[in-house]
Amino acid sequence: MTVTPASGRPADVPELDSAAIRADFPILSRRVNGRPLVYLDSGNTSQKPRQVIDAMAEFAATHNANIARAVHTLGTEATEAFEGARGKVAAFVNAPSVDEVVFTKNSTEAINLVSYAMLAASLGRGGDPRFALGPGDEVVITEMEHHSNIVPWQLLCERTGATLKWFGITDTGRLDLDATEELITERTKIVSFVHMSNILGTINPTARIVRRAREVGALVLLDASQSVPHLPVDVSALDVDFMAFTGHKMCGPTGIGVLWGRGELLSVMPPFLSGGSMIGTVTMEGSTYAAPPARFEAGTPPITEAVGLGVAVDYLSALDMRAVQWHEKELAGYALAALETVPGLTILGPRVPIGRGGTISFDMEGIHPHDVGQVLDSEGVQVRVGHHCAKPVCARFGVPAATRASFYVYTTTDEIDALVAGLEKTRKVFG
Amino acid sequence: MLDELYQEVILDHYRDPHGRGLREPFEAEAHHVNPTCGDEITLRVHMDGDRVADVSYDNVGCSISQASASVMYDLVHDKPLADAMSTLESFSELMTSRGGIEPDEDVLEDAVAFAGVSKFPARVKCALLSWMAFKDAAVRASGSQQIGEGR
Repeated sequence: MTVTPASGRPADVPELDSAAIRADFPILSRRVNGRPLVYLDSGNTSQKPRQVIDAMAEFAATHNANIARAVHTLGTEATEAFEGARGKVAAFVNAPSVDEVVFTKNSTEAINLVSYAMLAASLGRGGDPRFALGPGDEVVITEMEHHSNIVPWQLLCERTGATLKWFGITDTGRLDLDATEELITERTKIVSFVHMSNILGTINPTARIVRRAREVGALVLLDASQSVPHLPVDVSALDVDFMAFTGHKMCGPTGIGVLWGRGELLSVMPPFLSGGSMIGTVTMEGSTYAAPPARFEAGTPPITEAVGLGVAVDYLSALDMRAVQWHEKELAGYALAALETVPGLTILGPRVPIGRGGTISFDMEGIHPHDVGQVLDSEGVQVRVGHHCAKPVCARFGVPAATRASFYVYTTTDEIDALVAGLEKTRKVFG
Repeated sequence: MLDELYQEVILDHYRDPHGRGLREPFEAEAHHVNPTCGDEITLRVHMDGDRVADVSYDNVGCSISQASASVMYDLVHDKPLADAMSTLESFSELMTSRGGIEPDEDVLEDAVAFAGVSKFPARVKCALLSWMAFKDAAVRASGSQQIGEGR
């Protein structure tokens, strides 16, 4: 295989056509505070291409109906559109079966779905013993998690008497995997960890954790909220049991997320939310439950949003996720080098574009991230500031908050130059 | 727009804060955080009768929240509690005005510089953090003192 000399991008991985991609995103042509918009907050939520916006409007204008219960034409069309989106999402992450894709509200709900199902099993309310835990059992997470992959497990442990343990982070922003064998033991019921950190940008290797979890019979949940939008993710190859991700970070709309679960496990997992659409039969004495994924999709789901997510997946697939990954790897390399030239700037997390994505957080000596973000905004540059819902990571690196720039398919090196220029202005204001 | 937010008087208070540091004695201490950005303040109030004898504080946060604490210190320490509370009300009113009211410099002194902040909804809570901590601690400090006097 020949490689391009600059970044190491394999010759069979195409280069993204930034100009053509940017033309697909209407919002990118607007101005902010009199300046061209420089959107560097895609790790928070991505922008939506015209294709997604149009598909959702077209669905609402011509096919709208509730799903799975109507015999009429519109109901059939809506059901086909909704289930078609499920099929696209399943193919996108190489799920063995379309029935393993459960639509949720977001990643947070996807993770809570598993933690609450485990709570139900722990109370003896149905389900397989693999989901039940109590005093003496353990849950393993990491210090690198978003709050949405910490708090549900804290609650589950509080309510069942189980113990929460976690991997630490090294000084270079990697998981300390040397603790794997010590942390994950026969007492471990589930290991839940992040694929790509929303603050450090680190992409965590999964093999060692998964292998150890298999050895001891623990379940594995992967929080792929930041990885599925940015790199090829194959659940079959990863060999995890559950994976959570969300539509709005991958060119899709808000209001729809995904829990992928191994079919064999979903089929013996107790329900979380209950009500319409998730039942087999209902009598006043009791109910039976539908097979997955319906069992976990009580009530009218986000139908229009599913249609939008399906088109977002088409859009990303057409770009080629390998090309997306390399585009961001090249941007990360460019940005890391450019940011290192800013006096007083310290990067949190990996300082080389290896094993990391295009999400870069940093500290400006003596200048609070709120002030950094405010000055950048005055230049049209939109970054996230604060603790990024990952306070333990901030604490680990001794900062109360950080500034984060996160890239996506439409990000250009010119925008990174605008960020660096904005940081120079910030230094002038607060110098 | 940016100059309106970061007025020179705000940057001066940020670079050289007045009254900073935790001091004894005190009757009440409050710890307030801004959960969206992680800004924090620990603030103590020492009452002498109905006079705010001292306000001492330790804080981390942005220029707006730090400058606001410094300006507040100037406005409330060594003042009758009723006057301090009245100033607090004027400042709260200014901050929630979205730029709609002309601040009274006789009452708010350096705090009039925060009028520009009220046009940035995301930053209003930064400016109010120390004032809310003061309100909390002052109410408890004056309450505990009255109970003490009643014995």
